[in-house]
Amino acid sequence: MIVLRGVHKSYGGGESRTEVLKGIDLTIDDGSFAVILGASGSGKTTLLNVASGLEKPDGGSVFYGDTDIAAMADKDVTAFRRDNTAFIFQQYYLLPHLNVEKNVRMGADLAKNKDYLRIIEEVGLGDKIGKYPSELSGGEQQRVSVARALAKNPKYLFLDEPTGALDENTGRQLLDYICRLHADYGFTMIMVTHNLNIAETADTVIRMNSGRIADITENKCKKTAFEIGW
Amino acid sequence: MAVGIKDAVKLIGVYIICCCAVLVCTMFLNYNLDLVGIKGLIDSPASAAMYDAQVMTSKVVILVTGGCLLATSVVTLIFYIKQFIDSHKKELGILKALGYSEARIAGNFWVFGLCVLLGTATGFALAYVIMPKFYEIQNSDNLLPVFTPSFHAELLVYFVILPTLALGAVAVVYAYVKLRCPVIGLLKGKEDIDAKRDFKVHKRIFKHGKRDIPFLKSLKSITLRSKKSLVFFICFASFCFSAMVQMSVSMKELASEMMETMMMVIGLVLAVTTLLLAIATVIKRNAGTVALMRANGYSQKECVNAVFGGYRPFAYAGFAVGTVYQYGLLKIMVAVVFKDIGGVPDYSFDWKTMLIVLSAFVVFYEAVMLICAEKIRRIPLKSIMCD
Repeated sequence: MIVLRGVHKSYGGGESRTEVLKGIDLTIDDGSFAVILGASGSGKTTLLNVASGLEKPDGGSVFYGDTDIAAMADKDVTAFRRDNTAFIFQQYYLLPHLNVEKNVRMGADLAKNKDYLRIIEEVGLGDKIGKYPSELSGGEQQRVSVARALAKNPKYLFLDEPTGALDENTGRQLLDYICRLHADYGFTMIMVTHNLNIAETADTVIRMNSGRIADITENKCKKTAFEIGW
Repeated sequence: MAVGIKDAVKLIGVYIICCCAVLVCTMFLNYNLDLVGIKGLIDSPASAAMYDAQVMTSKVVILVTGGCLLATSVVTLIFYIKQFIDSHKKELGILKALGYSEARIAGNFWVFGLCVLLGTATGFALAYVIMPKFYEIQNSDNLLPVFTPSFHAELLVYFVILPTLALGAVAVVYAYVKLRCPVIGLLKGKEDIDAKRDFKVHKRIFKHGKRDIPFLKSLKSITLRSKKSLVFFICFASFCFSAMVQMSVSMKELASEMMETMMMVIGLVLAVTTLLLAIATVIKRNAGTVALMRANGYSQKECVNAVFGGYRPFAYAGFAVGTVYQYGLLKIMVAVVFKDIGGVPDYSFDWKTMLIVLSAFVVFYEAVMLICAEKIRRIPLKSIMCD
């Protein structure tokens, strides 16, 4: 379970100081799929970064079970991320000079996962294993980043607008694929998106507004990626 | 328009190398010309032997030091321009898209010549400041007739005006060649174009089906092989450190204290400047990769090793080459230049000096690596988004 208590985060100093998170209290159950919605500048990506340990909050706690990662030293948070979390970003952030296999091994080697080739097959890139990011389409590149994340065997998967750079068809396919993986692997999944329709595929929908949580709702009837609007 | 004077100011490495090159060359060529001018006044065999040795020494120094530093200046300048173009591809692409010709954009790169002018002019002026003392020390035995430095205007042309014009032209031509690519290639930015080149390199490295190479090993290898210019700079830095410092200590019997000090200072300045320049570039170019690795949980040690580990053998190889170079040069100087001068001992390899300088180099290099580790630790994870 991820529990955030009184989380604050600001950027800048003096007159240009902007408080992005203004006292966030949030609980996300293990194995659930939570979507964070909000307008641009509402603080949703910062919330994801703080919750995942990519950024330290200025105040408050971020508990994973009994462990408060906000109180950990940088080195220990890195070790925590190594063992527990994985990320999928909107812009993929693949290493351009390494091929598909090596990009996936970036995650696999951390988890000593020898089965990474199966994951590459699973994401449908078995025939592109030796290709480089610049030789792949946007959808294929995002699937490489999905494979890289899964190869880490994460307990928590964080996604920042994973379909944001994809066309509707590719976006739907990827979302469907991620949802199926979530069901199969059982990891906790937290996704930031501005696409209201994607929220219909999640267990929990968290709405952010001006650095605060405006609303948290549980989805009674989840839809698949092909049932929602886009 | 595309390049401003403030961009040229960043070429501190070129400035320092040009300054050192011109300082040494001006001093020795001026000395050589003045020496030739007093040839008619030489009246004893001892003076004639000394005269020949001094003439030969100045020629060797000009050719070896001047040539080496000139080549390094050109490489450093090209390296800087390449870095500039790589990091400003989008802006340059927009200019091309708006209709500016390659020639017009490349023409702006002449400002890099200003940095060369500044460096060469400083070196030239400094040489004339040091010269009276240098002349005095060179003739401390009074074997040669007393003579003082004269100003040779042609040296100003050779060492200040011509290098400025030539290197300014190199900057413009190189920029022109680099800009002759499709607008879309420039607009897409650095990553795609670098990636295209890098994966060609990578394909060559791993083409024999070596699939089971761990990620960190692959990354270390590709980081090193895709940026060969940085390997050169790191080798050059350790070469300068090794050759110049060992030479300055070993040539006690052959040169004045002033020469020794000058050589050591130039060696250390070149080594520190070049190494820091190369290291800063490595960090800048790999900031995104490091941030991504750390986001995934790779430790600081693993990141440092993947990014810098590959350069270490080359740094020590540069040191070894520098050691051999200085030994060879001094041996030749003693055997050829000073063969007729009495009281010059035979030169043999100075193991003690080598071990002391090697220890100093290990401390220096590893200290720089520690600073790098700290710099890498401070790379914000948000750099992923900036790469």
